[in-house]
Amino acid sequence: MTTETTAEVGAEAASVRPMDLLRFATAGSVDDGKSTLIGRLLYDTRSLFTDQLAAVEAVSAARGDEYTNLALLTDGLRAEREQGITIDVAYRYFATPRRKFIIADTPGHIQYTRNMVTGASTADLALILVDARKGLVEQSRRHAFLCSLLRVPHLVLCVNKMDLVDWSHEVYEKIADEFTAFAAKLDVPDLTVVPVSALHGDNIVSRSEKMPWYEGPSLLHHLERVHIASDRNLVDVRFPVQYVIRPQSTTVTDYRGYAGQVASGVLKPDDEVMVLPSGFTSRIAAVETADGPVPEAFPPMSVTVRLTDEIDISRGDMICRPNNAPAVAQDIEAMVCWMDETRPLQLGGRYVIKHTTRSARAIVRGLHYRLDINSLHRDESAGELKLNEIGRVRFRTMVPLLVDEYRRNRTTGGFVIIDETTNRTVGAGMIVEAG
Amino acid sequence: MTTTAAYQVSHLDALEAESIFVLREVVAEMERPVLLFSGGKDSIVMLWLAQKAFAPANIPFPVLHVDTGHNFPEVLAYRDQRVAELGLQLVVASVPEALANGLVRESADGMRNRIQTPVLLAAVEQHRFDALFGGARRDEEKARAKERVFSFRDEFGQWDPKNQRPELWSLYNGRHQPGESIRAFPLSNWTELDVWHYIARERIEAPSIYYAHEREVIERDGMLYAVNEFIRPRAGEERFKARVRYRTVGDASCTAAVRSDADTVAKVIEEVAATRITERGATRGDDRVSEAAMEDRKREGYF
Ligand SMILES: Nc1nc2c(ncn2[C@@H]2O[C@H](COP(=O)(O)OP(=O)(O)OP(=O)(O)O)[C@@H](O)[C@H]2O)c(=O)[nH]1
Ligand SMILES: [Mg+2]
Repeated sequence: MTTETTAEVGAEAASVRPMDLLRFATAGSVDDGKSTLIGRLLYDTRSLFTDQLAAVEAVSAARGDEYTNLALLTDGLRAEREQGITIDVAYRYFATPRRKFIIADTPGHIQYTRNMVTGASTADLALILVDARKGLVEQSRRHAFLCSLLRVPHLVLCVNKMDLVDWSHEVYEKIADEFTAFAAKLDVPDLTVVPVSALHGDNIVSRSEKMPWYEGPSLLHHLERVHIASDRNLVDVRFPVQYVIRPQSTTVTDYRGYAGQVASGVLKPDDEVMVLPSGFTSRIAAVETADGPVPEAFPPMSVTVRLTDEIDISRGDMICRPNNAPAVAQDIEAMVCWMDETRPLQLGGRYVIKHTTRSARAIVRGLHYRLDINSLHRDESAGELKLNEIGRVRFRTMVPLLVDEYRRNRTTGGFVIIDETTNRTVGAGMIVEAG
Repeated sequence: MTTTAAYQVSHLDALEAESIFVLREVVAEMERPVLLFSGGKDSIVMLWLAQKAFAPANIPFPVLHVDTGHNFPEVLAYRDQRVAELGLQLVVASVPEALANGLVRESADGMRNRIQTPVLLAAVEQHRFDALFGGARRDEEKARAKERVFSFRDEFGQWDPKNQRPELWSLYNGRHQPGESIRAFPLSNWTELDVWHYIARERIEAPSIYYAHEREVIERDGMLYAVNEFIRPRAGEERFKARVRYRTVGDASCTAAVRSDADTVAKVIEEVAATRITERGATRGDDRVSEAAMEDRKREGYF
């Protein structure tokens, strides 16, 4: 249903130009200033509404804070305000003329690491905050490691609270060096370091005069310009079938479309494709949306694919190319981050793995090692993974999964682990190898 | 689709694709989904996306309206028109009926925000819905900003903000025991401005009260309330005519209008882009009750 009267003018005014979207997450130890930094970023870009600001000013004043605690802008839960810490991810939105941003402000407390992982899993970029007075602590290393494990493509180390170390160049250099050395042992494709004061706004939106020795851009300047277009995989065609559309209708007959979101690669009509796990091949007859056919589909488009042949395809199958296909595997090696406080991951443990649009029962066949976050030492004698521990695990699944290495494909390489007795999500896995 | 040679989509297309993914995921994995449809702008957009997600097939689930009995007539008419056009099944969970049969009692302040929760939960139980699509957006309010796309609710419909399931990538865990349910929020990452840009782009008709019109109002707690059968001037309150529009559509007894000349989508977009007050702050009496009003309502099973 459309109106040609009121909506018409609007459609032109709102001709939305292709403005891109950057998703970023905060990370780092408790109290290092993540929420304050987000508050400052929103405040200094005038993204705050007057009633939001008035509300946090009132709460701050009532608590006797000496200044308005901008962390309250994201710490919105009762328990968070009582304890003065972040417990779960808060999502915030703002835009500058250059870009739109989705922020995930995550908790630093070790108890809530799984919420940090939740926020970082979809991020294009992570801000890792370190308190300049304290330097790198175990939790900074854990979060940096998790960001690299999750393959967040861009990292920014924010050396925060520079106001409390007299804007010292040496303190900054020491932390930057130490972090760079640690990051070198990880898989970090892009690292930038910025000295900031989240509380006072130095180097957040504009460059600070307090640190003339720093010659780089402000944080916002970097966020607006960091190049993310090449982070996507446009090479490997992967289309996990999400839902089969088959109208029961007298007007639309014999329609069969495979709906889903393109995980990677580019799909075009007439392309030869293979469907897994069956291995049947066919051609793409059309790539459709509700607005009609499109010439091609690529991430993150949600489309409906129709094939020239009638083959049996259902949810959980994968459309790919005959010469470029994921592994069809029941033995899966993955780095696992364990997220359940009640029961550890154990050898022989039975779970459900949810991977793309497919779920499979799985059994833990091997625990190669548990990783020490500080030293990156591998403990091969470990018998289990407890809450927040990370290790390399081998699973055997009851039905094959259609997988790629996580380093090559964040969508077809990642999975979550579900405990069938509690239905809780108890772990996250990143595939290293499939056979 | 607005695309460029570099395989980029606009942010609106990215949001649309994500919402469609969520809608399909729920339908594929859950047994009895239902879409909460109030006739407000978010639920209108959500229904539009549902239509797109399953085209050319029909929307494969019913819609549910929690009717507080305090309605704007334009919005009710819009609801019925839309339901007829799409051939949807409409389930009405009626607060007046629940009052009549004793399921709930009118609260002292006359607001029906709190008492609509048990009415919603009763309908969910009666129809054994296991997934409820809500149009809530994380930019609306600080407790909503914390909620997952798939939000697990226990057998009492309660949200436990301190114990949410981890939610990585786009792998949503909808598993639950009988009686428990999932609230799914396809518009989680949309802002008010995104919604209006989308309404403009897709040329979606919205109820007329979203556009500027003359109305008889009174001023209460710094907000403009329409004078109607639910809101009567109290002593000292004066009625006057003003040019207003609604930024949100909720219970007609606690939803206020804002002064506005925006009588087209384009002007609404301009107005929303320039405004310095949040939509709930500007128009909702119910959120002003306490600091954590929304969190408390959500814990009890509200959206
Ligand atoms: N002096 C100074 N204080 C800061 C700065 N940034 C943050 N703080 C203070 O540090 C304390 C903790 O800040 P938060 O922003 O809550 O820290 P956080 O990293 O979000 O903490 P969690 O989310 O609980 O992990 C607050 O009292 C802030 O005011 C800074 O740049 N300088
Ligand atoms: Mg915080």
